Amino acid sequence: MAPMKLYGATLSWNVTRCVAALEEAGADYEIVPINFGTGEHKSPEHLARNPFGQVPALQDGDLVIFESRAICKYACRKNKPELLKEGDLKEAAIVDVWVEVEAHQYTSALSPILFEVLIKPMLGGTCDQKVVDENLEKLKKVLEVYEARLSKSKYLAGDYISLADLNHASVTLCLFATPYASVFDAYPHVKAWWSGLMARPSVQKVAALMKPSA
Amino acid sequence: MAPVTVFGSAVFANAARVLVCLEEVGIEYEVVEVDYMAKEHKGPEHLSRNPFGQIPALQDGDVMLFESRAISKYVLRKYGKASNVDLLREDSAEEAALVDVWTEVEAHHYFPAIAPIVYECVVFPARLGMQPNQKVVDESLEKLGKVLEIYEARLSKSKYLAGDFFSFADLTHFPYTYYFMKTTHASLLDKFPHVKAWWEDLMSRPSTKKHGAGMFLEP
Repeated sequence: MAPMKLYGATLSWNVTRCVAALEEAGADYEIVPINFGTGEHKSPEHLARNPFGQVPALQDGDLVIFESRAICKYACRKNKPELLKEGDLKEAAIVDVWVEVEAHQYTSALSPILFEVLIKPMLGGTCDQKVVDENLEKLKKVLEVYEARLSKSKYLAGDYISLADLNHASVTLCLFATPYASVFDAYPHVKAWWSGLMARPSVQKVAALMKPSA
Repeated sequence: MAPVTVFGSAVFANAARVLVCLEEVGIEYEVVEVDYMAKEHKGPEHLSRNPFGQIPALQDGDVMLFESRAISKYVLRKYGKASNVDLLREDSAEEAALVDVWTEVEAHHYFPAIAPIVYECVVFPARLGMQPNQKVVDESLEKLGKVLEIYEARLSKSKYLAGDFFSFADLTHFPYTYYFMKTTHASLLDKFPHVKAWWEDLMSRPSTKKHGAGMFLEP
């Protein structure tokens, strides 16, 4: 059985979101780089995988899918459905809730910060501090909710790790590459939760992939 | 047995997303209003249902959920089989993946392009008496046009977004598209015949016809 192919650059936190899930689920996969510099993401071959010309995309036999969170769920369903709490209606719903929260509350506040601080300079632009500051305020409000939640349970969906926690790994690793990681200091339960995630081999694999090569 | 309770009425697009799913599975439910203008969604009672102070939330016995897409999936998963309704296709990892793909596309490509038009042209005039910001509307229309080109290509190859079967991926487009089609920009869909046909098919369903009637926002 051929390994699954994850298409994209490991610089992308959307690609590495999938790496965390694929690693944790113990999936057999390989990363196939897509070269943004040569416009490969807009080539007909890649558009056939992802019609929006973005990364990641995943190929597993005849199946080709895109959107990182859809890929993460597929990886879990096939290899480790307990990460989704499949089979338990209540717990599966709570996992789904916090998977949505990562996307619509946490990453929606964090990714504009990451874009301004990490990506824009690479594209020859300058960081818009106003955007960073506004989104840091939004992020703090989200972290207040996380702090309350993680005071009551070890992980976001309950006392078990789930895809909801793992989906935070790539963007949070990026946060720690900016000067703003100290935003976590005011939230001790969030900090402890993050330390726990960072210790997992799956998240360490993502951290290693994100390091710029020597 | 207490019926399922949804906090937030069909006027709220994200609540409407959940309500059409409840209609599709045909179970009994009740709707409890949350007074947005009185900031009831930020009050302690609603915050205990949804810590982000947003609408909707859903209670089913001892289960309390928020985030409309998570709630919708719970409803479809729990009650679908009994009504012979399978909009998630979770018995097939491949089909479920395609449903997930196009559900994510709605959330991350479609919604960001269409929602500003709905807020500017429907919500702000009705709730705040404001006139639409034409710059925002024009930029969003351009983005939406590009997204619809991709939908047109997709729907030229399959009857529905995830394949030749109707799924939550299609249904999740209902609320914001419904409001968009009430604006003067509805004619944008005329450029995309497969998208238009897909929308008309979606609107022919009893669930969308019923909740469309509750989505009434006038100044």
